[in-house]
Amino acid sequence: MGLAKRIIPCLDVDNGRVVKGVQFVDIRDAGDPVEIAKRYNEAGADEITFLDITASHEGRDTTVHTVERIASEVFIPLTVGGGIRTVDDIRKMLNAGADKVGINSAAVHNPDFVKAASDRFGAQCIVVAIDAKQVSAEGESRRWEIFTHGGRKPTGIDAVEWAQKMCANGAGEILLTSMDRDGTKNGFDLELTRAISDAVPIPVIASGGVGNLQHLADGVTEGRADAVLAASIFHFGEYTVGEAKEFMAERGIEVRR
Amino acid sequence: MTESVAVIDYGMGNLHSVASALGKVCDHEIHVTSDPAVVAAADRVIFPGVGAIGDCMGEIRRLGFDALLREQVASGKPVLGICVGMQALLTHSQESGGTDCIDLFPGEVKFFGHDHKSPEGEPLKVPHMGWNQVDQVDHPLWADIPQNSRFYFVHSFYVEDTGSEVTGRCEYGVRFAAALGRNNLFAVQFHPEKSHTAGLQLLHNFVRWNGQR
Repeated sequence: MGLAKRIIPCLDVDNGRVVKGVQFVDIRDAGDPVEIAKRYNEAGADEITFLDITASHEGRDTTVHTVERIASEVFIPLTVGGGIRTVDDIRKMLNAGADKVGINSAAVHNPDFVKAASDRFGAQCIVVAIDAKQVSAEGESRRWEIFTHGGRKPTGIDAVEWAQKMCANGAGEILLTSMDRDGTKNGFDLELTRAISDAVPIPVIASGGVGNLQHLADGVTEGRADAVLAASIFHFGEYTVGEAKEFMAERGIEVRR
Repeated sequence: MTESVAVIDYGMGNLHSVASALGKVCDHEIHVTSDPAVVAAADRVIFPGVGAIGDCMGEIRRLGFDALLREQVASGKPVLGICVGMQALLTHSQESGGTDCIDLFPGEVKFFGHDHKSPEGEPLKVPHMGWNQVDQVDHPLWADIPQNSRFYFVHSFYVEDTGSEVTGRCEYGVRFAAALGRNNLFAVQFHPEKSHTAGLQLLHNFVRWNGQR
């Protein structure tokens, strides 16, 4: 008996449409985030993360509308990240029905934004998204720094110190993505995950690199993550959320079933 | 006449999810409201809450909702507190530098601590965030929910597991009250509106409950 480790499918959404193609065999509209969120909900996902990659200002209203539609049909926690830059952005998403918001580059540009957001809305809804990349050379003890702009722009900020600072500023959770592993299907950067998880008292979601179920289990057992996030292995129907939970449960990991 | 449920809005957080979850489980009129007259006229009352207890209690007192809530409970209509809405019903909370609460349930709301650990000494993250099992004590609001079902929690402060009014227990380093009940008043630490099937069933039970054990 105890708290379950969470499995979180992530949807990338552009102008109200899911991109990076979700491929459920029998889904009516594979581009509709509401349909997909409902499907994941039924499959036993513990939360859903919705990453808004909409560039245009007008598109942001579409996002708010999509969040409203998901929240009125899916009764599990919903996190919305991407493009959250102001207290007003957060208010809009929470009012639309999001339970948490993910703050990424806005935190790097202005660390006090996280503090303001947490003071205003409570730490429980503030997820700080950290994109980290290894900067130590081969043979050196490993070190990671924060990168912005999809991993292209270095900031010189140490990832572990940054996580601790964000925690002190009132983050309720950390979504940690290894930019070295993202999209590779080689598994999480377990050493990074563990370094961050051990350094902060708040929950850490591991992200970036999942290619199979063993990777998910490793994120929890070796990375000490509290939750694991994945996109493509679920979207392309390689594995279901149910299979992932069964696999983890067989390895002694507590999951919700 | 259609029955009605009032969800008390005192400006602390999003009530959209509570309202849509209620809409999913009944045809009652649902009023998300800060109007005391609407609350008083409703057949059932939900008292939610998120954020820091100091801010919540400040708003509750400013709007006179502590007295309103006491009246609603005294009237005998079913009342459900959720999350910080449960904590606000206790006597006092350690949060926000120590906060006096509404005192409908005796007891103290405590912090899990910065160095929270399991009995085996494993570090535990705070907030307690995610799906945990609830050991139910016989009550009509648990009808058709399997014993030890998981509900979604997110909180850093907890209500102590003391007293005969604990109607559900959860473990996270310590054993704490996941639910409290007395007569027509029920309160839960978790978010039923975010707890999928089990949570919707609890709301389904609440909107059909006559307020008796």
